Amino acid sequence: MTTLTVTRATLMKDLRMEWRSKDAINSMLFFALLVVVIFSFAFNPTAEESRQIAGGLIWVAFLFAAVVALNQTWARELRNQVLDAYRVSPAPPNALFLAKTVGNFLFVIVLECLMAPLFVIFYELRSVGPVWQLIVVALLGTWALVVNGTFFAALSIRTRSREIMLPLILFPISIPALLGMVDATTSILTGEASPDFWVKMLTVYDVVFTAICLLLFETVLNAE
Amino acid sequence: MIATAPSLPPVIVLDNLVKFFGRFAAIREISAEFAAGRLYVVLGDNGAGKSTLLRIVAGLMEPSQGSFTLLGAKKVRDVAHRVGYMGHAPLLYDELSGMENLRYFAGLYGLQDDNVGRQAMLMVGLDPDLGRRVGQYSQGMRQRLSLARAVLHNPELMLLDEPFSNVDVHSAREMAAVLGRVRDQGKTIFVVTHQAPLMEGVADEFVYMAAGQIVDRQEVARKVAAAEPALRSAP
Repeated sequence: MTTLTVTRATLMKDLRMEWRSKDAINSMLFFALLVVVIFSFAFNPTAEESRQIAGGLIWVAFLFAAVVALNQTWARELRNQVLDAYRVSPAPPNALFLAKTVGNFLFVIVLECLMAPLFVIFYELRSVGPVWQLIVVALLGTWALVVNGTFFAALSIRTRSREIMLPLILFPISIPALLGMVDATTSILTGEASPDFWVKMLTVYDVVFTAICLLLFETVLNAE
Repeated sequence: MIATAPSLPPVIVLDNLVKFFGRFAAIREISAEFAAGRLYVVLGDNGAGKSTLLRIVAGLMEPSQGSFTLLGAKKVRDVAHRVGYMGHAPLLYDELSGMENLRYFAGLYGLQDDNVGRQAMLMVGLDPDLGRRVGQYSQGMRQRLSLARAVLHNPELMLLDEPFSNVDVHSAREMAAVLGRVRDQGKTIFVVTHQAPLMEGVADEFVYMAAGQIVDRQEVARKVAAAEPALRSAP
């Protein structure tokens, strides 16, 4: 039994459960859709204005939508106290964390794929810079959101008002990543500057926070 | 008072175990030894500390003071693959079928063979081909499946917290009989329950708890013929 096999088994189990319930993806989609439509009507920007504000708008929408999914990540494990069954098993704790993080990453990526065309239509977005760079930023930025989100969601599962606790802890620590995502996206969309610095910063952020979360997760999992 | 099989080291040794919740002492200086190959039934009123003691031994809680060894190990994690735990809650995913649940939990113990889950389900009297999700199971079926989950990796030690709660008398008797058979294979079983009469036919020893302490231990007459774990058939 290796970390990889348990991670894969847990991930497949989570994907199967999400496929059946569609709890996370439905609530994320609904929330993101609302943000796109409301902001579109509220600002009614021109194509040039859209390129300037879209970076912030897109990532704020995804951040808030991701929180909806992150709050449900551990709820499934708390129902029927299933988490105890994992804790008494010899399975490595980090396998659970990795599976949850990868699962959330996939959910948010699916959301982004579904929402991207709507952003393009509602905000008349045309990227001046290369579009493939947007994909790199999306992958790095999404990982930054979900790795911390999954960790802090685990940290707050035993608190009474965990749905409020998660954004309270997650948002401040996500500010550097959010800054990187927004600036990199705006740089690519407007073509006015190179996103290289922000991409490197996001990479470092991802590596550092993934390592920290993996180091601390066992303590969080077994906290009373 | 302390019953230990002469040929086998004790499965659990508790040394001055104390557990506080805030200022409330749920477990008060418990020292005891439990021998291998026996079925212990832990009895006591609500709040006596039965479940807390079981959760500490299962590694789900840290004692506030004192220490214990489990199957000769100081760290529960080192022997986790030899211990089975059934909680008060079912510890199952409602969205998955019985076999899907068992397949996943078997994987956590490094068991990839589907037959393991099938055997466990058959042992507790459930149909492995039942495609219904656990959320649609009756309470009795959930408890049986929960027992199957706890025993599917063939553990040497089983810690079962209220396995008969919300189960009809017929199912509970069947589950008790299953536990007796498992014990007869040389396993050690701890059952926390309020339904002592159910276990009278199969128990080796009743352990009475009150106010966070073990206040009495009574061996059951039937275990005289079966008190030599070494003589029992090995699994």
